[in-house]
Amino acid sequence: MRILGYRLPMPAALLLWGALWEIAGRLELVPILPPLSDVLIAMGQLVHTGQFWAGARTTLASFATGMGLAIAIGIPLGMLMGRIAMADRLLGMWVNLFASAPLTALVPVLMILFGLGSTTVVVTVTLFAVWIIALDTAAGMKHVNPSLLEMVRSFGASRWVIYGRILPLAALPEILAGIRLGLIRGVKGVVIGQLLVSIVGFGELFELYSRNFLMPEFWALTLFIFAFALVASEAIGWIEHRIEAYASSRS
Amino acid sequence: MTQRLARPPRLTLAATTDAPNIVEVRRISKSYGNQIEALRDVSLAFPRGRLTTLLGPSGCGKTTLLKIIAGLIPADAGDVYVNGRVVTGPGPERAFVFQDFALLPWANVLRNVAFGLELRGMAKDEREALAAKYIRDVGLAGFEKRYPHELSGGMKQRVGLARALAVNADVILMDEPFSAVDEQTRRKFQEDLLQLLAVERKTVIFVTHSIEEAAYLSDQIVLLTRRPGTVAKVLEPRIDRSHGPEAVRRDPAYLDAVEEIWAMLKQYLA
Amino acid sequence: MATSVAEAGTARPVRTRFANVLFWRLVSIALVLGAWEIAGRIPVSFAFPPFSATFAAFVGIILDGTLPAAYLTTLQPLATGLVVSAVFGVMFGVLMGLSRTAEWALAPVFIVMQAAPMAALIPLVTFVYGIGLTAKVLAVCLLAAPVIVLNTYKAVRTVSPSLLDMCRSFLGTPLQQVTKVILPAAGPVIFAGLRLGVAAGFIGIVLAELLITPTGIGDIITYSSSIADYPTMYATIASLIVFAGVTVSILQQVETRFVRPEKRA
Repeated sequence: MRILGYRLPMPAALLLWGALWEIAGRLELVPILPPLSDVLIAMGQLVHTGQFWAGARTTLASFATGMGLAIAIGIPLGMLMGRIAMADRLLGMWVNLFASAPLTALVPVLMILFGLGSTTVVVTVTLFAVWIIALDTAAGMKHVNPSLLEMVRSFGASRWVIYGRILPLAALPEILAGIRLGLIRGVKGVVIGQLLVSIVGFGELFELYSRNFLMPEFWALTLFIFAFALVASEAIGWIEHRIEAYASSRS
Repeated sequence: MTQRLARPPRLTLAATTDAPNIVEVRRISKSYGNQIEALRDVSLAFPRGRLTTLLGPSGCGKTTLLKIIAGLIPADAGDVYVNGRVVTGPGPERAFVFQDFALLPWANVLRNVAFGLELRGMAKDEREALAAKYIRDVGLAGFEKRYPHELSGGMKQRVGLARALAVNADVILMDEPFSAVDEQTRRKFQEDLLQLLAVERKTVIFVTHSIEEAAYLSDQIVLLTRRPGTVAKVLEPRIDRSHGPEAVRRDPAYLDAVEEIWAMLKQYLA
Repeated sequence: MATSVAEAGTARPVRTRFANVLFWRLVSIALVLGAWEIAGRIPVSFAFPPFSATFAAFVGIILDGTLPAAYLTTLQPLATGLVVSAVFGVMFGVLMGLSRTAEWALAPVFIVMQAAPMAALIPLVTFVYGIGLTAKVLAVCLLAAPVIVLNTYKAVRTVSPSLLDMCRSFLGTPLQQVTKVILPAAGPVIFAGLRLGVAAGFIGIVLAELLITPTGIGDIITYSSSIADYPTMYATIASLIVFAGVTVSILQQVETRFVRPEKRA
């Protein structure tokens, strides 16, 4: 897009949409859409409240724990499936099923099993993220150059070294891609989990705002979460980009 | 150097179909962005019914020149004339054969060959009958219902050639058509191409980076310099093709042409 | 000038391969269900019924018509939402693929929608559209549309430039370029986007039924959970997950078999 000879980068379009939002809000076209300026003010106020920081801490802690578990389970699971045909045959079907299934439906079960608290949210995040990490890791394992492994073995590397260091590094691009996709799913998991549990973290705030129809605050919180989701996935994308050179030389 | 037009007449010949040169390129220049100058002031003439190769080191703008003749990309300066008319875009008198074949992967050989006719709105029966004829001519009879992924590289390019022949254009533009094909297939294809052209009477403009290919196929060879591409020399090897395709490769005229081209091109290699 | 056919397909009998896959599928299912049964019998939790009890409950709710009725209720907004998302999603995606201006204006919005947890907006939908069918359709669209739009857009953008050149050099009109080259070339990726959209739509409908109003599947889950009828609850959830998985994998089969001629061997 060019205006007066200047190339406008794509994200600039978001400013345009922001302006439209402001206008739609001022005209009160939709009751749930306050002007963007009100939302921005609410965002400014929100960061000065203890409630917000308490919610953010709980949410981030659940998210980080859940993602940590997903990575800790997903990578070994994927390595197992990628290296051992039997494991792939026995587990592949289930991992594929869960990777595309509406796991949201499981949250009510988790609420009964793990109680109405952060544990349920943590497990939701893990369940949302782990399968795609395992699938991508397995795909990465299958792409590892066999002659690389022969070389490493010929230098006398132990199984421990191969599985602990060589294979994860050789499949790093796919693993990172899996983690990035897992991260996006994990953010969805933490939001969905908190919305359904609705008494912890941001879920509690969402419930509070929508019950009292505090739309600027509701949108402010939503924008914070959106921004977090984007920043987190861009950060992993940036790391992926950094190792792209080695990924392409690996072929 | 006889064919090179040092100072082309600004007065155009009347639009006539029996001018000796079917395609004329006059003072073409082309740059990409501000940095890369691909072609500078190139003027060339392509005699009717002959095969001319554009030969030069990689990055000399030979494919750019071919695409300008095809009307696929515009030149910054200069004009291309086909049958005396200025080229402003692709036209029915020119057909293109692509380096990467450019076959529709979801269409079988018959539909791919008939695709140019399909775009012109010819009825299905009619275009498929025509396509079937050209499929036979390029030696692919029996493969009409195959899909591109079932064919080897050489066969795919035969489909590309049949598609170009089927639209009955006077000029066939071939962009390194054999570069993605292995050596044996390539030789066979070169021989078949010459036999086919003896029957079809087409004018061919052929881009290649292979000296042997240029010498083997061409009536006229245009050597282009390194970027920015300019015409270094135009050769007309007088090779006797009457003793069959194999004899050509032992013809002294062929071997001399290869030597001469190599001597010319060597100086452009750093 | 006869040339040999490149590859005539592998000679290995398809039937044995298929039987082999089926065998391992069955072993895998048996193992997982066995583990479920044992865990349920220990039991790991008072709220974790063994597979046998769950299966019995499953047969029960099928026979008394509860589950089929619930599926009919749930599938209505899901199907509507998916059709709406598919039609508008492919339209927007093609538009963004063809026009730089549309790309500039719309792509960032859909990229944000794709990466962001749109589920957060579902409670809002209720305020505008109440708790009826429209709200649920909208919930499905919110989750399914972005992935469909982005896949279509990428598919159109990545059509081989040499195919486009080919169409132009053989005098194809811009309309022919779209209908005869761009859409068929983008078809497989668009279809893959639709498949991902269906998977996302399932999440949308489940959320809608759990967050907006319990109807259909969501109603059975919520109700059986509130009266501690865990076998029924588990049976319903498992049936939904399997149903979604089977739907998506059928679409995947269709994709490899019919949508990509270059893939069929």
